[in-house]
Amino acid sequence: MTEASSALRSTTAPLLALAGVTCAYGNTAVLTDVDLEIEEGQFTGIVGPSGSGKTTALRALLGAVQPVRGSVLRRPDVRIGYVPQVETVNWNFPVTVGECVLMARTTGRRLPWRSASERGEVRDILDRLGIADLTNRHIRELSGGQQQRVFIARAMLGRPDVLLMDEPTSGVDVSTRHEILHLLEDLHHDGLSIVLTTHDLNGLAAHLPHLVCLNNTVIGAGRPIDVLTVDVLERTYGARMEVLEHAGMPVVLDHPHHRPTASGQVVPIRRTGT
Amino acid sequence: MSNLLRPYDFEFFRNGVIVATIAGALCGMIGVFVVLKGMSYIGHGLSHAIFGGYAASALLGVNFILGAGTWGIASALMIGGVTRRKLIGADAAIGVITTASFALGLALFAVFGRRGRSFDSALFGSILGVGIEDVVAISLVTLAVAAIIFFGYRRLLFTTFDPEVADASGVSTARVEALLMVMLAASILATMQILGVTLIAATLVIPPTIARMLTNSFSRMLLISTVIGAVTGFVGMNLSYHLDVQSGPTIVLVGASMFAIVFVVTGARGRMRANAFDTHTV
Repeated sequence: MTEASSALRSTTAPLLALAGVTCAYGNTAVLTDVDLEIEEGQFTGIVGPSGSGKTTALRALLGAVQPVRGSVLRRPDVRIGYVPQVETVNWNFPVTVGECVLMARTTGRRLPWRSASERGEVRDILDRLGIADLTNRHIRELSGGQQQRVFIARAMLGRPDVLLMDEPTSGVDVSTRHEILHLLEDLHHDGLSIVLTTHDLNGLAAHLPHLVCLNNTVIGAGRPIDVLTVDVLERTYGARMEVLEHAGMPVVLDHPHHRPTASGQVVPIRRTGT
Repeated sequence: MSNLLRPYDFEFFRNGVIVATIAGALCGMIGVFVVLKGMSYIGHGLSHAIFGGYAASALLGVNFILGAGTWGIASALMIGGVTRRKLIGADAAIGVITTASFALGLALFAVFGRRGRSFDSALFGSILGVGIEDVVAISLVTLAVAAIIFFGYRRLLFTTFDPEVADASGVSTARVEALLMVMLAASILATMQILGVTLIAATLVIPPTIARMLTNSFSRMLLISTVIGAVTGFVGMNLSYHLDVQSGPTIVLVGASMFAIVFVVTGARGRMRANAFDTHTV
């Protein structure tokens, strides 16, 4: 049965769910038989290698991708905010921070300019996200963290119950990553459910309360300490990794590289030099 | 001074100036979306595609607006559909659809002879045939396009900037994009007489490019581009009379001169703004 979107009946049901979802581009299945539930108040990270279907899972939850099999379930009247990957944004587009945030308000008022209440609403959101003084700046004139905040603000204008974020820390430095993580923790603390995809196992994923390891299908789900294990990581990434524990958090390390000797024996590569 | 005003003694010239000014504003306005969506080539191709409908309607004795309009809108929707679905390479598909249509127009004229409106004026624009009905037609199209942009501003902006998120946020982007293509076809159709098939694309591209060099705001770009288009049409039309050059080339050359001036005056900042309209990099 293929059902793109139907509403969940129970009020205790998850906000969003993928039930046996298979998604394909042409004849290539990107997701196969994926079950995933997003509960109210949940803060979930989806990790996996490139091409594992992370973004497709997010877009399926959003409704931007229709599954070829299975169902995408949404609680009635659930409001979803979406924050795209910064790499997909056209930073040369002539749009100021204020214009960018307000463009998402497409229902109700038809006039191009902001009403007094909309002005207040945008100001409140930008203020909450710490970028109120940037309203008239062009989006390319901002730092990585500020750019991410603008798109969070745009999503927040719809007063979402759940925020879907694609690679929020992709290509940002350590300081910006901390800034974004703290902001997301604050939003989550205020009651917002968040689902994000990330490649960053140690810098982001390990800090989240809940993780899903994905590689075409769900390999493992649970707390980072329970999911980021050698076995699950090997099945997710197809590569052996080592996992240490630091301050109660898992730390994932690449397995040392090896090279075969003439006799076929494998020895670790050693750095040389002074 | 009286020399400058002398052409206004002629009704055809007064009509021509009105049409050129409104046509410039219209192309400047719709051109913002064309350029920001990276569709400059579609604008160029569509004007050629409409030429096929122009030839067919002239030969069949069908009303020009009806014949070429139907043809143009069908081509526009076809181009929009191909581009949206990415069925095959969009540029290749656009090239095939529009050049085939243009070639058909040329072939029809070659086989059956040239009838109705002037062949040259269709290609390069002319004010000689501009009558009050053209003034009414372009005014109505401009009012309709302006009203759609005004009341659909946020949806159009959202769809142009971020179609995927707009779609997921409940905006019917397929409908918005189809509407854009219809507006584009109607604009080209309404301005074809004065600007000519071969030069319409320039009036769709030059004013928004100049406007982009002058501002970082979408709403201001829309306003500036519309004003620049109108000024270009007005000045170009007057120069066209005094230089005794066809209206289309003169209007485009005025626009190109304005572009050169703004390009120099705004310096690196302007060039950076207008650089790579469709680049998705940080």
